[in-house]
Amino acid sequence: MKLKVFSYSRLDTFVHRLSGLSKLVCFLLLTTAIMLTYDIRVILAITVLSFVMIRVAKIQFKQIRLMLIYVGIFLAFNFVLTYLFEPEYGVKIYGTKHLLFTFFGPYTVTLEQLFYQITKLMKYLSVIPLGISFILTTNPSEFASSLNGIGISYRICTALSLTLRYFPDVAQDYNTISLAQQARGIEMSGKAKMTERLKRVASILIPLIMTTMDRIELISNAMDLRGYGKNKKRTWYSRRPLKKADYVSMIVSLLILIGSLYVRFAINHSMFYNPFV
Amino acid sequence: MNSKFSTRTIVATGLGAAVFFVLFTYVKVPSPIPETSLQTAYGVSSFFAAIFGPLAGFLIAFIGHALSDFIGYGSPWWSWVIASGVAAMITGFAAGKIAPAVEEGEFSTKELSYFLLWVAVANVAAWLVVAPVLDIVMYAEPVKTVFVQGIAAAAMDAIVSGILGSVLLKAYASTKTGKGTLSRDN
Repeated sequence: MKLKVFSYSRLDTFVHRLSGLSKLVCFLLLTTAIMLTYDIRVILAITVLSFVMIRVAKIQFKQIRLMLIYVGIFLAFNFVLTYLFEPEYGVKIYGTKHLLFTFFGPYTVTLEQLFYQITKLMKYLSVIPLGISFILTTNPSEFASSLNGIGISYRICTALSLTLRYFPDVAQDYNTISLAQQARGIEMSGKAKMTERLKRVASILIPLIMTTMDRIELISNAMDLRGYGKNKKRTWYSRRPLKKADYVSMIVSLLILIGSLYVRFAINHSMFYNPFV
Repeated sequence: MNSKFSTRTIVATGLGAAVFFVLFTYVKVPSPIPETSLQTAYGVSSFFAAIFGPLAGFLIAFIGHALSDFIGYGSPWWSWVIASGVAAMITGFAAGKIAPAVEEGEFSTKELSYFLLWVAVANVAAWLVVAPVLDIVMYAEPVKTVFVQGIAAAAMDAIVSGILGSVLLKAYASTKTGKGTLSRDN
């Protein structure tokens, strides 16, 4: 099991210096802006910005290579699927039809469909660098504290920081149990049938869950003994005070969101940008 | 459990999400339908939901799925992340009856069918209503695509949650000793 994908790197760049709270707020504002628009001009602008962020954060290609492969497969699959199910969705949206050529039957290739699908592709692609530059530059425990900063109950934030703290342990337990079961002669390779494989997963899951339940008792007793959950509020060791750069980046993100909404409601009068009329 | 969201539930949520995340990211069983896989993680979320209730269930699936998406794709696909959470949350409504029984070492046909009923309701609601509707509202996906994906997801996830969830509940129940199970040796 490879757990190397998730590698937070401690560097000293502009993005790293921002507090986790402002990075989370910026991420949410910008992804909302993307989510609410289908205008390729807005999308391209945010894409450029988010690739600039990757550069500024000095994220190396090898850190995100695997991620990019998954994303590529997902996007290609989504692209084909969209076309297979709705080959003329673009025509429906934009109201015109510029036929390029026809494969067979209903499978026509129109400019509208190409434009719709490319916009959609860019829409997905543009948020990915944002997510990457957020997750790879934020200290995991600061991440939990920043969620508390936007008003989420500290109990939920504790749960999240426990997740981030314990998932490597869980992965290691999983590996250990899997090896132990293989030593007992349970085959783990991909040859067997689906039901067989489900059975094998169950033979790992049962010990894994029992270990986890024991660990839950242990940790919650330790937390209770230290008086966890007594007060309405908690302070966070890893919380960083907001500086000028934090406010500036949050304001810039908010302006981008407002700008994208302005384009949607005042210029395009719809979610889509229509170059065909 | 004394209060609604006790320390034990918080910790269970955190570790449950960790297990969910690991399974969701790394342990997939290929299904008969090409390009899809059975997510064993849903077995874990329904198990935790049935013991720790709807809120814990929702958070386990939501956090686990969102983190997995963050790491796999850079950015979560929110509509499906929310649907995962909703599936576990609805399964969690079974906790009122299941949790006390399981803690007493009891998981018989009655509890099993009650659990499976909620699993079925949860997956239909999450994958045939929540996920497609959010896909259309949030991402303006074509209607046909999202419902076909929804049907496949509902069927596969219901099977995984049902089978693995009940196997885990049964196993967990058998580690608990019930009331009045001790008898004096004469």
